Amino acid sequence: MAKNMAKEKVKMPELDPNVRNKNFEEVAQGYTEAMALEEAARCLNCKNKPCVSGCPVNVRIPEFIEKAAAGDFIGAYEIIKTTNALPAVCGRVCPQETQCEQKCVRGIKGEPVGIGRLERFCADYAMQHGYKQNTDVTKNGKKVAIVGSGPAGLSCAGTLARMGYDVTIFEAFHVAGGVLQYGIPQFRLPKELVKAEIDGLKELGVKIETNMVIGKVDTIDELKEMGYEAIFIGTGAGLPKFMGIPGENLNGVYSANEFLTRINLMKAYKFPEFDTPMKHYKKVAVIGGGNVAMDAARCAKRLGAEKVYIVYRRGEEEMPARNEEIHHAKEEGIEFHLLTAPLEVVGDENGWVTGLKNIKMELGEPDASGRRRPVQIPGSEYIMDVDAVVVAIGQSPNPLIKSVTPDLKTQPWGGIVAEEPSGKTSIEGVYAGGDAVTGAATVILAMGAGKNAAAAIDEYLQNK
Amino acid sequence: MYRILEKKVLGPQVTKMVIDAPAVAKKAEPGQFIIFRIDEKGERVPLTIADYDREAGTVTIIFQIVGKTTTQLNELNAGDSLLDFVGPLGTASHFDENVKKVAVIGGGLGTAIAYPQAKKLFHMGKEVDAIIGFRNKDLIILEDEMRQNSTNLFVVTDDGSNGNQGFVTDALKKQIEAGANYDLVIAIGPLIMMKFVCQLTKQYGIKTIVSMNPVMIDGTGMCGGCRVTVGGKTKFACVDGPDFDGHEVDFDEAMRRQQMYKTEEAESLRDHKCRLEGMANNG
Repeated sequence: MAKNMAKEKVKMPELDPNVRNKNFEEVAQGYTEAMALEEAARCLNCKNKPCVSGCPVNVRIPEFIEKAAAGDFIGAYEIIKTTNALPAVCGRVCPQETQCEQKCVRGIKGEPVGIGRLERFCADYAMQHGYKQNTDVTKNGKKVAIVGSGPAGLSCAGTLARMGYDVTIFEAFHVAGGVLQYGIPQFRLPKELVKAEIDGLKELGVKIETNMVIGKVDTIDELKEMGYEAIFIGTGAGLPKFMGIPGENLNGVYSANEFLTRINLMKAYKFPEFDTPMKHYKKVAVIGGGNVAMDAARCAKRLGAEKVYIVYRRGEEEMPARNEEIHHAKEEGIEFHLLTAPLEVVGDENGWVTGLKNIKMELGEPDASGRRRPVQIPGSEYIMDVDAVVVAIGQSPNPLIKSVTPDLKTQPWGGIVAEEPSGKTSIEGVYAGGDAVTGAATVILAMGAGKNAAAAIDEYLQNK
Repeated sequence: MYRILEKKVLGPQVTKMVIDAPAVAKKAEPGQFIIFRIDEKGERVPLTIADYDREAGTVTIIFQIVGKTTTQLNELNAGDSLLDFVGPLGTASHFDENVKKVAVIGGGLGTAIAYPQAKKLFHMGKEVDAIIGFRNKDLIILEDEMRQNSTNLFVVTDDGSNGNQGFVTDALKKQIEAGANYDLVIAIGPLIMMKFVCQLTKQYGIKTIVSMNPVMIDGTGMCGGCRVTVGGKTKFACVDGPDFDGHEVDFDEAMRRQQMYKTEEAESLRDHKCRLEGMANNG
């Protein structure tokens, strides 16, 4: 087949910024079949496949793209599914620019192959065409419990189920998916897709028990007594950090977790059709520079805010958010106050937010992380006129499981101590992975950790 | 799904339900709570566990009809089911073995939350004075249950319609001044009531535990919607509480935060009532 030597990726259609910033519909519309064929033809199918090593779950990238280039999208999807439990999700939310696509040979003289876009297209195509996976698995009769149904838990569960294990996932919320449900908004990741991917795991025999807060209903020891021979902990990093500045408990101040959970999981953007309320603030400041901050800011805009500000203490270069998300946020009218740090949330006599007192920063000497440390510029304080503040400065692992499992070793900051890459913890038969181990990272790294732990659990149980 | 096994109207605005929830019943302790959701469009609402039966696998909840979700819950009957029922959540009340004499105070619906506390303390062999207060005699709940689980019971009404006029604070003060000598006061009810109880007990230097009831979403410590300031520090009521040292709680901030969604709550209730009446009008 003739290769497409165009330097740029085939563009993906997107909703107009001024239309989409008023609704929750998916921004990136995905490729058409013709676009997918054209983009797939850009892959050179190189022998050493550097892209595969850049993928935390080692998707067989050139192989699936070769199938896609030949128009066999179902065949392509089947190849992806052998190593990736959630391709419709990963194709959408992975930071491909720092993973598979960063390693792509075509990226040397132009843009890399749109691997994420192709993965997404194949997954969507398979779902739209009623693809039925092969669910014939020989059961080995061994039970494994997974705590948490986020990307790490789902990936671990899917891998083990395919190996024949009897897998049960315990989830604290009323719906499975973790951050895919409560964190990432509908306009980046439609919830119907998350549900469809999880339904696929159920077809493989994975059981999901919702409303089960492990640590409260059952402990790790009790799970063992119930006959689970191995346990994987994938409870994420859902404990929000606050800044500890004055005024943080005023009415109108949210953690990003609360703001996003109300909107995404509880569908407060459809209030009063859905019962969970969210106020329609006029001017919102979102503090932080990661993807969570971008998500919160773009949600605030969609709820009708006239002004939405990102307040970040470093410069744009230092922002941890994906470039694509920063770009989308700017297109949608989010205003960036960079090199700016909040000092105090200001409120009225009834305790409602009326402003955010900020100070301008400049970059000083590099700190331990190698990034130049922001330093306050004396006298540069100003009050930003806002009626709501969303704090998106990071999360740490939830201490619940640790608090009832004294033998489980954790880091001083709360992360579970686990060996690389097996995820083996200080307790025999108990494995951990994802944000619960690393602190807040990415969906795909959590999936990689879940997959690696599944391999280690298999080895452990085979030799037991 | 979690079946409603029993429903009993306790008063004009207060209903008791017994829910089939073995996993919750297995571990429930006084002071803990559950979060329920009625249906796919429902919100998550916390309710304190009023009672539990580990053998039968049931959990009792008592709720006051105050808004859309509690109105809708009250429309359900035995045999119906709740979509979600998660718990037990929060830290169980911790009772010091050295405590000898306790006043357990319940204000209005707070009596339902105070009841398991009184019961537990009474069964631990403590001397328990239960003081429960209501706006009027028609709103009195759990009087018999409280009587059976306390050494002395004092029931007061704001309007004196039960023949014993006064606030719980008046009754408490009377007992203290008569030489009751409490080691501990447990106060559960509206924020304003808990605030006044704490102001009173502070004067006498009696340790006082309160049960906070802020707005909650997940109830597992992942959002901080329920944060309260205790001793100058931010705490999450869903994991660090709901019980706190009442003398350390910033009640004014808590009352302010509780008002945050008043407008939306009214809108939601109005909407629900309109739909009900609309259905009635349409036959």
